[in-house]
This record gives sequence, C-alpha cells and structure tokens, in this order.
Amino acid sequence: MARKSKASVESTEVLSGENAIQNKEIEGLSQGQIVRKRFFRHRAAVISLVTLIAIVVMAFTALDFRLFGVWRVPGWWKWTPEDLPELRFGDCPNDTVGCPTISLLPKFLGGQGIGLGKHPFGQDDIGRDFFALVMKGTQRSISVMVIIGGIGATLGVIVGSIAGFYRGRVDAILMRFVDFMITIPVIIIGSVIGYRYGNLGATFLALLLGLFAWTGLSRLVRGEFLSLREREFVDAARVAGATNKRIIFKHILPNAVGVIIVSVTLLLSGAILLETALSYIGFGVVPPDVSLGLLISQYQDSFTTRPWLFWYPGLFIISIALSINFIGDGLRDAFDPRQRRRISKKERQDSATAKKLAQAND
Amino acid sequence: MAAFILRRLGVLGVILFGSSFILYNVAAISGDPTADLRLSTDPNRDFLIASLTRELQLDVPPPLRYFLWLKGVLGVFVGNPNFGMGRDGSAVVDSLALALPVTLRLVLAATLLAAILGIMIGIVTALRQYSRFDYSMTFIAFLLFSLPVFWVAVLLKEYLAISFNNFLREPQIPMQWIIGIGLISGLFWASVIGGSRKTFWSSYAVAFVGSSSLVAIFGATGWLLNPSLGPIVVLLLSIGIAFGVTQLSVGLINKAALRASLTMAGLSVVAYYPVNWVFDNYPGSLSVFLMACVLITTAVFVGLAFSKIDRAPIVRTTIITAILSASLVIVDKYMQTWKPYMETDAINYRPVPTVGQRNDLLDTSDFWISSLDVVTHLFLPTLALTLIGFAGYIRFARGTLLEVLNQDYIRTARAKGLSERTVIMRHAFRNTMIPMATILVADFAGVVGGAFITESVFAWSGMGTLALQGIRGQDLNLLMGVFFITATMAVLANFVADLLYSALDPRIRVGSGA
Repeated sequence: MARKSKASVESTEVLSGENAIQNKEIEGLSQGQIVRKRFFRHRAAVISLVTLIAIVVMAFTALDFRLFGVWRVPGWWKWTPEDLPELRFGDCPNDTVGCPTISLLPKFLGGQGIGLGKHPFGQDDIGRDFFALVMKGTQRSISVMVIIGGIGATLGVIVGSIAGFYRGRVDAILMRFVDFMITIPVIIIGSVIGYRYGNLGATFLALLLGLFAWTGLSRLVRGEFLSLREREFVDAARVAGATNKRIIFKHILPNAVGVIIVSVTLLLSGAILLETALSYIGFGVVPPDVSLGLLISQYQDSFTTRPWLFWYPGLFIISIALSINFIGDGLRDAFDPRQRRRISKKERQDSATAKKLAQAND
Repeated sequence: MAAFILRRLGVLGVILFGSSFILYNVAAISGDPTADLRLSTDPNRDFLIASLTRELQLDVPPPLRYFLWLKGVLGVFVGNPNFGMGRDGSAVVDSLALALPVTLRLVLAATLLAAILGIMIGIVTALRQYSRFDYSMTFIAFLLFSLPVFWVAVLLKEYLAISFNNFLREPQIPMQWIIGIGLISGLFWASVIGGSRKTFWSSYAVAFVGSSSLVAIFGATGWLLNPSLGPIVVLLLSIGIAFGVTQLSVGLINKAALRASLTMAGLSVVAYYPVNWVFDNYPGSLSVFLMACVLITTAVFVGLAFSKIDRAPIVRTTIITAILSASLVIVDKYMQTWKPYMETDAINYRPVPTVGQRNDLLDTSDFWISSLDVVTHLFLPTLALTLIGFAGYIRFARGTLLEVLNQDYIRTARAKGLSERTVIMRHAFRNTMIPMATILVADFAGVVGGAFITESVFAWSGMGTLALQGIRGQDLNLLMGVFFITATMAVLANFVADLLYSALDPRIRVGSGA
C-alpha cells in the first residue's frame, strides 16, 4: 500500500511538471501560432504535407495545359498521354514489353544508377507513356477530390451553421432533410449520376457528387454551433449589439474551424476513394479521359504480365489518401486544446533540475 | 417507451419515403429503359418498346409512377410485397431473396471479424499509448484506411489465391520465410507484452523460437496439405484457453472458476472422439446446433457445480471456455476435411478461389466438404472487407478507451486498491463497449450498402451486383428494390443502435427530449 501511494504522489508531481512545461510553451502566443506550432511538431503530418504538395506540384506541372483555354503552358515531361512512342522491346524481364525504366539502385550496388530513363513508369499496351498517363490521372483525381470536398464543405458548413444557430423549426426541417440524404448510399447515387453524366466530363461529375457529400459535416457543424451559441462570448457580442451575421462569421465560425478542417480532410480522403471506386466500376470518369481508378480497372488483367500498370496508379491513390489522413490527424491534435503531447524524458529532467535550482535559490 | 418507439418508427417511415422518392426520380430521369431498343434495327422494335412501356408503366411520369411502385412495396405489411418486375420479366422480389443471404453472409463475417480484431488491437494500443506498438498500429490503421478496396482485392487474388495455390503444389517453406515470420511475430508479441527491456527481449526470443519452429514443423510435415490438430493439441490449447479466459474474466485468483474452466476444457477433449463420430455419421447444421446446446447446458452445470458464491461470473467464464474449446474441435474437423476437399476433381489442389460464392462443379452431398467450400470462397472477400474495416475499429476503440481511462471512476477504482485487471476489464472495458456496440450495429448496415465494390471484384451475386445490374440495364425496379432493402436496414440499424445505447447506459433515458 505504502509503495502505491508514494507512486501516486510522484505521478501528480510529474503531472504538474508536465502542465508547467506545456503552459510555458504556449505563453504569449496567439491561437493561430499555437495551432501552427503544434501541427509542425507532428512529424508524420509534416512529412505528409510535404509529400502531398510534391505530388500536386509534380502532377500539375508535368503535362501541358491551357490557361483559360487559350495560352498553352508547356509541361516539363517529354511525353503527353496522347503521344504514341515506340514500344520498348528487349531488356525487360520475362519477355514483356514496355517495362519501367526508372532505377533507384546506384551503380556501385549493382543497379543501373539513379535515373528516370525513357519511360520511368513503363508503357501501356499500345505504347503510351505510363508516367504521363498516371500524371494525368492524378490531376483528374485530385481535381475531382478538391471539387467534391469544396462543395461538400461549403454546403455542410452553411446548412450546419444555419440549423445550429437558428434552432427550432429551421433546424428540424434541415436535419430531417439531412436524414433523407444520409439514407441514400453515396455509392448508389454516385453510380446513378456517373452512369448518366460521366460522359459530360469529370468536373461536372464532381460537382454533382459534391451535392451529396455534405451531410456528415453539416451534422458536426450543427452540433458545434448549438454548443458555441450558448457561450458567454456570444452573449457579450449580442449585448454589444452585434448582428446575427457578425456573430456567426466573427464569433462562432472561427471557434468551430478546428472541427470543420479536420472533418474536411476526412471528406477529402473519402472523396478520392469514392472517385477511384466509381471510375473502377465504370460509373465515374470514362475514357478517353484518365483517372487513377480508371487506370487500375483498365489494366488489372495485365497484373501477372505487366504489374507496373497496376502498381503505380495504386501507389498514387494510397499516397494521396494517406497523406491527407495524416494531415487530418495532425490538425486534430493541433486544434484540440485537451491534447497533451508526450513529454520526453529530457524535458522532464530539465524541468526538474530547473525546479531544484529554483528551490536552492530560495 | 412504447410511444417513443412508435414515434421514432413513424419518423423513419417518413424519411424512407422521402429518400426513396428522391432516388426514384433521380434514377428515372437519368436513364431511359427503352434507349437501347430505340437504337436497334429489329423489325418489331416498335412492338417491343410498346410492350416494355406497358409492363413498366413508362407512360406514367416518374413522380406519379413512384406511387404505383410504393403501393406494391407497401404490400410488405400484408405479406405480399411487390417490388415490380425487372426488365427480364422476373419478379424483383425473387432476385432480392436470392441475393440478400449472399450479401449478409459476407458482411456478417467481415464485420464481426473486423470488430473483434479491431477492438482487441485498439485496446492494446490504448494501454500502450505512445509506445512504438501504438505508433506502428496507428500507421497501419491509417494505411488500411487509405487503401482502395478494389486494389487490395486484386493483390489478395494474386498473392493469397494464385501464388498460394501454386505454393501448395510443392509446399516447401524456404528458410528465409521461416526466419522472417519468426522475426515479425517476435516483434509483434514483444511489443504487445511490453515491459522492461529485459522482458521485451525475452518475450521476443520466446515468440521468435516458437513461431519459426512452428512454421518449420508445418513445412517439414506437409501439414498444409493434410492439416489436423488431434486430441492432444486440442487438449493443450483448451487448457491454455481455460487459463486465459479465467484470467481475463475473473482472475486466476478465483480458484472455483479456474477449476470449472479446466474441467470444461477437459470435457471437450473427452468428447473429441464421440463428437467426431456424430460429425461423421449425422452431418448437418442441425447436429452441430444440438451439440452446441448440449455443450452450453453442460457448461452451466459444471459452472454451478464448482461455485458456491458469486455464481454468475463463474458460469459465464465456463461457458466462454466451453465455446472456445469446442470451436477447436470444429476447426479440427474442417482441417480433416481439407485433404478430401483438395482431392476432389472440382478443386484439384487449388483450394483458394478468386471469384464466386460457391464452386458449382463440387459434389454437394457431403455437408463438411460443401461447407468448407463456402468457407474458402468467403476467405478472400472477407479478408478484404476486414482489412479495410478494422482500421476504423482500432482508432475508435483506442480513442474510447483512452477517454474512459481518464474518468473519475477509474481513478476511484485504482484508489480503492483494485487490481489492474479488474480496473481494465470490469471498469474500463465494459464502458468502452457501450459506444462500440452501437457503432457495430450501425456499421453492419452501412457495410451492406458498401460491399458493392467487393462483390463486383469477387463476382459475388449479392445485392451490390444486383444494384450495378439495375444501373447498367436501366432497370429501375431492380435498383429501387436493392435501395429499399439497404436503406431500410440502415435506418432500422440506427434505430436499434439508439435503443441499445439507452439500454446499456443507464444515464441515457429514452423518450426524454427528442
């Protein structure tokens, strides 16, 4: 028994020490600075952020694109998805054709040296450069994801904040509407929409899908608004004569932004998986357009003979979704005021020695 | 309470009405069933279009046609549902009746497995918060979260079906595999057990030696071709189960419970030969069910016989032990069936299938062989759904348990000197299970709608396949039939989850507010 109580005394001491460390860290910082600081401490989230930015920059600058449909901005990659270079024969394992030329093994380790080669991701069955195809597919998937996420976030925030702020009948009607929408499985409605409107282009498809993606977010935002509108600072603002608009935009929304950002990242990673899944079963992006899900569905049968046609698009889907999930995790930690980070042994020792020094000085 | 349930059911009816109305009209506007006929050059084209229009009542505008459809569906309440006709002229009800059990079988297995594994791993990660195990499991959970199911499915087909079947032709396990499996399992168990550096390395060593020698023995004896446990291994494992279950449920300090569980474990082994005799001579689900009844009754009696006070937890422990050790006997029976199953002409030593829910060429006269066939066909799709699904459970269980562990009643329990086992299993775990149970119910319904992609990759003819068929073939009645079933299940499951929550958590009163 005695030992146990001693241990618990120790642990409360450690706890107050941790509090001290934590409080000291955020002294004199604004909310934004605290969030930023916490986010950049989350190593996985920072790595993911860098990866995601790298993928986006790489995909969108690799190919030519037309600015406002007029000016042609040349991409840095030598092939386009439409080019038909000659299929590479020979020097491929198992007598296949058009295998990837990318090499990451340096020469002194018995590899061919680090380099991209002519077709880093290989070629498809008619010789198109697969790197160009994957980049084009990544562009499509990312833009679809951003549009779905953007529309879903906007609608969700608007509906949720109106329902949560005005309560009463408005709330009841809007939430019953959300219940309707939630019963319809996104994959069914997505398939119906994609089957009919897929040929109108990826952008249109994404716009329509976005109209069905906001329900979960609106519930969250409503809950947040319901609790925030009862807080003292809202009363204070109202007493000071602020209009509803000002209260919503200046007082409540900034406080709810953490919850919103975190669930938008989940929405985004869900959106890219939805788009690729729909394209895979043929109801999403349709040929001749290219998307990552479509690439996998087109080339899955050649997995045994030419696996790279299957691996590269999949790796890009996973990297994008995984980075977004980790960024979301980092943001959640950063926005959560209750979140305690693990205090390392060294910091604990430092604070203990500082305390001892302070006591000695007394 | 009754008024509350009735009111909720009324709201659910209105919601279903609204969403089916929306979907019906969206689907009707987005596709014209006669479109492909219009393009055909058939001489009796106009006649075909006219008859299709008459049969599907296409001359009625969609918003009104919806009510005709609804009238048929409401026949559910008088025992005569009419979901209309599919385009091929068959009643949609019949297609649904064939497809629903297939999907349920898949989803039930996957959800249960995902939940059990996910909760177990989630709890361990919460207890070892901020450890390396926690970080790596978090990474794995996020990775699984981000995987497209169709991509995983193709990989599973390639590596677990085709390559594994090839491997079974010549089941020699190479040395690097033995060592690799040992290293990984050592790392896993050592991080689960945790503790000081010395404990870590000794558990690492034990797990490494144990699993690599197990794998080596499997390889050397051709166990994979003709697997079996036999009475002795069943006995040893049952004793292990008895100790484990007792420790987790009431603690080894409770000698009555330990004795009762050990007796029950012993009884399952004594019954090994008689049970196998019954399995061979009276095969079928009925005999399995009857023996399960006998087993549980025996377990109750054994539990009562060994306990004097505080009987309920002891009986519970005995029943859990009995069920687990009896499942070993059934697993053993399936293992014995493995060899004859592989030798049938339909299987021909390629036991892991890549598509379908059943091998049609297989002779289904033997109960054990045909049910093993169902199990092997379930294997890959269930694995794919489980892998994707259990990531969520890991995160959720971890978060909930961490939250519960911060509560005041946990501190109280620790402060009054309860053992760590009691604090975790009685006070923390049970309170973690309240939100988990409701999530599980809601998830189950969600997966019924979400198994579309999995079904289409593995060519299962379930609800998802029907829905895709409905969309591709502009078959509105078929699509709406699938939607009606999945949506009703989703709505009802959410309702049950709410009721369950209030039943499990006395702090929540049903009917107040809402």
